[in-house]
Amino acid sequence: MIDAVGNPQSILLLGGTSEIGLAVVEAFAGDRPLRVVLAARPSDRLDAARARLEARGCAVELLPFDAESLDTHADVVRKAFTGGDIDVAVVAFGLLGDNEQAWTDVSYAARLAQVNYTAAVTVGVALAERMREQGHGSIVAFSSVAGERARRSNFVYGSTKAGLDAFYSGLTEALRPHGVTVTVVRPGFVHTRMTEGMRPTPLATTPEAVAATTVDAVRKRRELIWTPAAWRFVMSALRHLPRAVFRRLPI
Amino acid sequence: MPDSTSLRGWGRTAPTTAKVLVPRSPDDVSAAIKTAGPRGVIARGLGRSYGDPAQNAGGTVLDMTGLATIHSIDAETGIVDLDAGVSLDTLMRAALPYGLWVPVLPGTRQVTIGGAIGADIHGKNHHTKGSFGNHVRSLDLATADGSVRRLTPDGPDSELFWATVGGMGLTGVVVRATVALHRTESAYFVVDTDRTADLDELMSLLTDGSDDTYGYSAAWFDTTTTGAQLGRAVLTRGSLATVDQLPAKLRSDPLKFDAPQLLAFPDVFPSGLANRYTLRAFSELWYRKAPRRQRGSIQNITAFYQVLDLFGDWNRVYGSRGFLQYQFLVPFGEEPTFRRIVEKIAASPHASGLNVLKRFGEGNQAPLSFPQPGWTITVDFPIARGLHRLCEELDELVLGAGGRFYLAKESRVSAATFRAGYPRFDEWRKVRDAVDPEGVFASDMSRRLELTK
Repeated sequence: MIDAVGNPQSILLLGGTSEIGLAVVEAFAGDRPLRVVLAARPSDRLDAARARLEARGCAVELLPFDAESLDTHADVVRKAFTGGDIDVAVVAFGLLGDNEQAWTDVSYAARLAQVNYTAAVTVGVALAERMREQGHGSIVAFSSVAGERARRSNFVYGSTKAGLDAFYSGLTEALRPHGVTVTVVRPGFVHTRMTEGMRPTPLATTPEAVAATTVDAVRKRRELIWTPAAWRFVMSALRHLPRAVFRRLPI
Repeated sequence: MPDSTSLRGWGRTAPTTAKVLVPRSPDDVSAAIKTAGPRGVIARGLGRSYGDPAQNAGGTVLDMTGLATIHSIDAETGIVDLDAGVSLDTLMRAALPYGLWVPVLPGTRQVTIGGAIGADIHGKNHHTKGSFGNHVRSLDLATADGSVRRLTPDGPDSELFWATVGGMGLTGVVVRATVALHRTESAYFVVDTDRTADLDELMSLLTDGSDDTYGYSAAWFDTTTTGAQLGRAVLTRGSLATVDQLPAKLRSDPLKFDAPQLLAFPDVFPSGLANRYTLRAFSELWYRKAPRRQRGSIQNITAFYQVLDLFGDWNRVYGSRGFLQYQFLVPFGEEPTFRRIVEKIAASPHASGLNVLKRFGEGNQAPLSFPQPGWTITVDFPIARGLHRLCEELDELVLGAGGRFYLAKESRVSAATFRAGYPRFDEWRKVRDAVDPEGVFASDMSRRLELTK
């Protein structure tokens, strides 16, 4: 159960090696150690994450999860709930990909769309069913400002995040009568493995900073946040620019 | 699904949804228990517990206010036989014409009999009358197998009786009870007030032996002042008035119950309105309006006891993010801990306006009953960033002093912290597990604090 000041007792991270996802788990654990389920493909990085969380006093369970195997998702989510209620579920897996390859290579594009959008939907549906049954809980979905308006340099990734964003925004409404809160998080550029070697955009931030705002949003049961918050106003302005102007911007 | 209702406690935090049923008879209660789904069932009264004991996410919640008949009041013996959903307010209004008084009254009368038993509530007269369970002569408990058992404090099922007192509804659903009321000549109090300059003056008044000469006693103290004014307080103590003590104009109708609700707050207050500045102003006002020293003032129940009952839905003042009530107990001799806690709160960015200090008398035999000899302290904090850290620090001081937390108020301690305060928890758990082996009774609180399997 989530208590009066917003501390959960259990958390499920889908994308168990995601840097932002793990930063969210650690931010919660910093206030009170909790039961953690890390769903990911087995790897050394996953084992390291487990060790780090256990050192913080968390009880950690590993669950094999492959975002590309869509028909296993319902079963993975069911297994995640066998140890008891899941108070917070974080959907944090995704690929950035190379935009030029993605819009010219069919199978590459399909994989990006499958992992970032279709898999997010299948785990979302499975999570919704479990959360509805337990009558409480919080789902966090990592969207991106890239999904708010497609840019030439990043539009395949952006389109998958636009789809994810629309799905979880709708899920927010569908689950609201069942006592479940869905929080859609739209970060901008975050310094992670995923963006390594890329030129940071303005408002670039760290996984820890994204995690801190995300945890605060979950505690306040907020449904949509940008991180850093200034992105909200930047994107609002960018969305309304005429195409002729938008395409000339160096972004 | 339309049959899920969002529920939260009086603190307006941590909402969850459940299927709410309104039983009209003990048979309805048994039927609901027998047909409960995997998430179980819990009873709910008037929702005055601050945290989550009367919520059951994904399961069934029984709204007991539909079971609210007073079956009989015996004017001779003072024994009342009534349904669990009757409120103390209703009982009081029904009993006063017979010259009978509800023996234990908390800060609000909007509490059901079932809730009063489940939380083993206490009032300003704990040092003279004990807690609510001490006055229950029998109770009818609908248990997990669907049967209804009559339990008494010293009969063959006394263990289950005392596990139900303070058991937060986790042994079964109380459907009916008999309670011993006591006699009074009037519905008024003779009240003495002392305003103290600081905490030390308050503690000396409470420990000089004078407290036992009053039936009722509690102090409000200030957590927003520091230094020489740290813990300045207003101590009000009184006893039920005899007819002789009343002024002439009240003597014609000494049992008149005069407790109106002045207004109900609308749900329009933003979170953050109750902050350190407004609460400091409130505290200053509350302190200044009290007389420095007053003796023998005649006051009705609202003025002396249940000021907040003048206002409906007063918890809305804290806004949608709500607040938490932090109530704990430290044994006698731990006064320095109490002082450190007040210092810590005063030095923190968090403020509390409604603060109560009360001296407890002897506890009863219920394993989870909160009161024990010592000091109980209650403070209200609006939910704000950083409150968790402050509360964790206070928890450590409370546990270090051998203290404990009150489940009717509790909304955030860890399972281990709760358990550390209740050495007889395992004893309670054994009785509970025997009467409900499948874990039919469950609540958000029981999951959060791991009270059941």
